Amino acid sequence: MTSIGTGYDLSNSVFSPDGRNFQVEYAVKAVENGGTAIGIRCKDGVVLALEKLVTSRLLKKDANKRIATVDRNIGVVHSGLLPDGRHFVSRARDEAQSWRGTYKAPIPVSSLANRMGSYVQAFTLYSSVRPFGITAIVGGWDAETDVDVDGAVGSGPKVGAGGKTKGVKEGGPYLYMIEPSGLYWGYYGAATGKGRQAAKAELEKLKLDPKDGECISLEEGVKEAARIIYVAHEDSKDKDFELEMTWISAVNGPTKGRHEEVPKALKEEAERLAKAALEGEDEDEEKMEK
Amino acid sequence: MIYQTGALGEDGIHLDMNHLKSGEVNLGTSIMAINFRDGVILGADSRTTTGAYIANRVTDKLTQVHDTIWCCRSGSAADTQAVADIVQYHLGMYGITNDEAPTTQTAAALFQELCYENKDMLSAGIIIAGWDHRHGGQVYSIPLGGSLHKQAYAIGGSGSTYIYGYCDANWKEDMSEADGIKFVKGALQEAIKWDGSSGGVIRMVVLTKSGAVRHLYLPDRNYEGPGTEKP
Repeated sequence: MTSIGTGYDLSNSVFSPDGRNFQVEYAVKAVENGGTAIGIRCKDGVVLALEKLVTSRLLKKDANKRIATVDRNIGVVHSGLLPDGRHFVSRARDEAQSWRGTYKAPIPVSSLANRMGSYVQAFTLYSSVRPFGITAIVGGWDAETDVDVDGAVGSGPKVGAGGKTKGVKEGGPYLYMIEPSGLYWGYYGAATGKGRQAAKAELEKLKLDPKDGECISLEEGVKEAARIIYVAHEDSKDKDFELEMTWISAVNGPTKGRHEEVPKALKEEAERLAKAALEGEDEDEEKMEK
Repeated sequence: MIYQTGALGEDGIHLDMNHLKSGEVNLGTSIMAINFRDGVILGADSRTTTGAYIANRVTDKLTQVHDTIWCCRSGSAADTQAVADIVQYHLGMYGITNDEAPTTQTAAALFQELCYENKDMLSAGIIIAGWDHRHGGQVYSIPLGGSLHKQAYAIGGSGSTYIYGYCDANWKEDMSEADGIKFVKGALQEAIKWDGSSGGVIRMVVLTKSGAVRHLYLPDRNYEGPGTEKP
């Protein structure tokens, strides 16, 4: 028995006497080694960003994208074991399609997060499987305009629907993070992976809670996301990395309600500012030393 | 040799309205639903026939599938009841699992899927009308083939053929509730007058932000009452 520890960490579905599930905790360790991934919920959209660690010089630059589109308006970024992430994304796409099949409308981000949370949790219950070695950040925009049934013909009365409740606001930006245990919460800003502590510290400085007044805009969000990934990378400076960034805006915004890659020009600008901010910090430190 | 499948008629193109099995209960019907200023109004006659025999003279063809989402049923009574039951179950589950009432389009999508995928086995012409916080009042029609139409107002059933002119001439958008009730009642009275398989009382349901209100209009009171009062 001593050679295998207490034995409580050998299987899923086995609790230790103090109520822990070690397999899930080991899965969290796998996530902690992955490149930093963050999501920011802004006033008019959501930004997803990823520090993609370059594991070989033989890999083509800007190829092998890691942030996935699940439905037109929803993106997923994950940190941890890559193949687990791919399986997660594949399941999320199936869920989104199955929702469309039943309800003839796009899945709300909250419902997708709920279904994926349930799916991930099921992998902590059985001895024949292991938990997901990823933490996934799901970001999306639920349409705030009327969404009609897919394939329906006609438009109803010219004057529009009668009896609408005035001032009712629907849809908007949403951000969720799902952990290996299946636990998920909605966030203003979410971070996971190796640099999550530094990233969280930076995210907390941003104005993201609508209760504190006007939130940051999507474009500001893109620049902050780039900067935060660069800050989070500081501690593992020796390794090479690529920044991957996607965003989702409202229908009247730059992405027209879709999940897309941040345009090259804006991304390069954001990276330039991020590098400048870091150098600025270094200079300040040097001055302080003098 | 022309193979006939389900509801298709001899030409293999058009749907046969009279393909009910012998003895099957038919809702030879007049149904309609309209948009008005504050929501929607559904209306129907109350006659159910098995051939020439009136099996029920006070039928309720207005069926609730959620708090403020209802439907008018025409065609086979058994088929439409079964379909409405399935949709009611799904909308109930949707409301609970998503912690938010389903919209009229959710109901319409579910009805359409069932009517389209099972078109060979069903004879169901359904009008869906509902009110929800997000979209206000909406009217959808699903005729025999299982297509889905969003409309300002919809009429259906065998009696509807007699009132296309009446409705076209008298329809106005953005009517008040009283005008809407008058429009529906006037149209259904004509349908009942001319269609042999429609008759009995006129039932209505008014759906607005304050919920669902039932109306009843009796032929022996010249369809003037009792309205929302108890008869």
